[in-house]
Amino acid sequence: MLEIKNLHAKIEGKEILKGINLKINLGEVHAIMGPNGSGKSTLAQVLAGREEYEVTKGEVTYNGKNLLDLSPEDRAKEGLFLAFQYPVEIPGVSNTNLLKTALNEIRKYRGQEEVDAMEFLSLIKEKTKLVELDPQLLSRSVNEGFSGGEKKRNEIFQMAVLEPRLAILDETDSGLDIDALKIVAKGVNALKSKENSVVVVTHYQRLLNYIIPDFVHVLYKGKIVKSGSKELALELEEKGYDWIKEEKNELVTTD
Amino acid sequence: MSEIKEIKKRYLKSYELFENSLNGDRISSIGNLRKEAFGKFSELSFPTTKDEEWKYTSIAPLLEHNFVPSLNKKTLPKEKIKKFLFEDLESNVVVVVNGIYSEDLTSLRSIPKGVEIKSIAKAISSDSPLVKQHLGKYADFTTHIFTSLSTAFTKDGVLIHLPEGKVVEQPIHILFITDSGKEKLLVQPRNLFVAGKNSQVTIIEHFVNINSGIYFTNTVTEIVVGENAIVDHLRLQEESKSAFHISRMEVDQERTSNFSSHFISLGASLSRNEFNSRFNDEGGECMLNGLFLTEGNQLFDVHTLIDHAKPHCNSHEHYKGILNDVSRGVFNGKVIVRQDAQKTNAFQENNNIILSKEALVNTKPQLEIFADDVKCSHGATIGQLDKDAMFYLKSRGIGEETARTILIHAFASDVIRSVKVNAVRNYIEEILNSKFNPGDNN
Repeated sequence: MLEIKNLHAKIEGKEILKGINLKINLGEVHAIMGPNGSGKSTLAQVLAGREEYEVTKGEVTYNGKNLLDLSPEDRAKEGLFLAFQYPVEIPGVSNTNLLKTALNEIRKYRGQEEVDAMEFLSLIKEKTKLVELDPQLLSRSVNEGFSGGEKKRNEIFQMAVLEPRLAILDETDSGLDIDALKIVAKGVNALKSKENSVVVVTHYQRLLNYIIPDFVHVLYKGKIVKSGSKELALELEEKGYDWIKEEKNELVTTD
Repeated sequence: MSEIKEIKKRYLKSYELFENSLNGDRISSIGNLRKEAFGKFSELSFPTTKDEEWKYTSIAPLLEHNFVPSLNKKTLPKEKIKKFLFEDLESNVVVVVNGIYSEDLTSLRSIPKGVEIKSIAKAISSDSPLVKQHLGKYADFTTHIFTSLSTAFTKDGVLIHLPEGKVVEQPIHILFITDSGKEKLLVQPRNLFVAGKNSQVTIIEHFVNINSGIYFTNTVTEIVVGENAIVDHLRLQEESKSAFHISRMEVDQERTSNFSSHFISLGASLSRNEFNSRFNDEGGECMLNGLFLTEGNQLFDVHTLIDHAKPHCNSHEHYKGILNDVSRGVFNGKVIVRQDAQKTNAFQENNNIILSKEALVNTKPQLEIFADDVKCSHGATIGQLDKDAMFYLKSRGIGEETARTILIHAFASDVIRSVKVNAVRNYIEEILNSKFNPGDNN
């Protein structure tokens, strides 16, 4: 469903992604790991369509379409969802308002009818339970004054309501305590199916104890330098990233 | 210089016309006031950008036109005013056409006995003691050329008087309609609202136009908020985009009175607004909120002054601006806390959003504090729509236009929410929707 070929991207003149190749099939869970500054979040943002990043080379096919040609909103309507590493606070816009507008825009795009108020209420009520989100947060402004954990849960809650085909979780685990981590993972697992795919971007192996990946990729200096099964994540946890860096640097010097 | 003299001459000439139009009224109680004010007007010069108070607002475009004072009654068919009425808010409507109070179009259905709502002209000719006591007492004309012009030409407008303890539950909607055809009218409604002890009222001053012509509104409103009285004042300025709007509001607040002002400004090519409130006694509350939207080459200017002359008073001021195209905005918020005014709380904020590259805002908070046991704060921001928030909304499937509308709404929401009259609040929401999301049919 998603195929990334030789993707290069830069921001403010600095090249961050230097040739990413990745293929994700329907129903798969991929983990993308890597040290800080390796380009993990950049990849997530580029896929979601952040305009500040300039794609200089490569292509991304999503459901047979050229993803890079689509606006961020059309990507979302096509079923792509990014759970932000740093969810944005939007004073004056309620969570409910945001979600209702988003859901209806997506439904319109898909030729479905808009949800009515009652349907919508029961839908969001059901989904708050999934991530144990305090329903009182719904009427509050988007992420404003939310704790770190509430913000992350709110992202997964939005994902639950919008039901994406491809969800990219950008360091959704960072800063979460173990209970919150479990809740987030539980939510993601409940939403996982044969009809969708999940990309988990993370710095730590911890989350992968709860969301079991089919594939693990290591991103380093803007390239995927190693791919493997979930065991790779455990190896990384044990040994850190240094051995990967060394391997990579050796490769570079022998070039 | 000689040009300015010419302009002055034109106004002097029109004064003769005006005096003749007054007939017997010339000898009324305010005859002297008019004369004195006219004397001042002849002495004072028009402000230029060299004057600190007019630094960012040049009135040169206003002086280019030859405005003729509106002296005659103009009739309008009832259907013409319908579109200006608010839904579910039709019980108390006062209509002023081209500055002249219209008895025919005014309809007052739920006014308690004893409450007076009438034409200032009528009050003057019947030698109303209220006029004698209050008119021209708060809006000092001696240093202010436009107030001297208004005072010199005092003819008509709206008088509202609530005797002690009276509560008017339904808001009073005053429509100032200007129907300026080929001739460029000078329209000068002069209003006086006096709320007696323990009284309560909501007054909406609504400036609208027919035929969107070039005209000049120069309006002065004096408001007396008596002891423990509550006055909620709303002003909606929807003048023609080619019009000039100069307004002044002077508020006199007595002990434990509560005054709030909500100002929504949309129209006029040049608008200058001076809102001043003074605490004459302890325990008063004053709120000045505003929202202005400018586009094209509109210029909006608001100068406010809250005078904490007495202790234990609270003031809250919050103005927000949304500027597009090559429009400009000026916010000047002055707060004086006098030596006596201990335990003052004064908060002021001005936030602006610039939607284009060329729009400009000059914002200046001015706090002068002479007491030592007070809480005062001020803040001013100028920015663009938050890019991160924009991307966040888009990433959830919300298109550019809708995302923009949502964020503009969100920005304006606290000022809009502070408007207590539902019908007006909904109306403002609608305006925002149609302005920033014209294609939306939700």
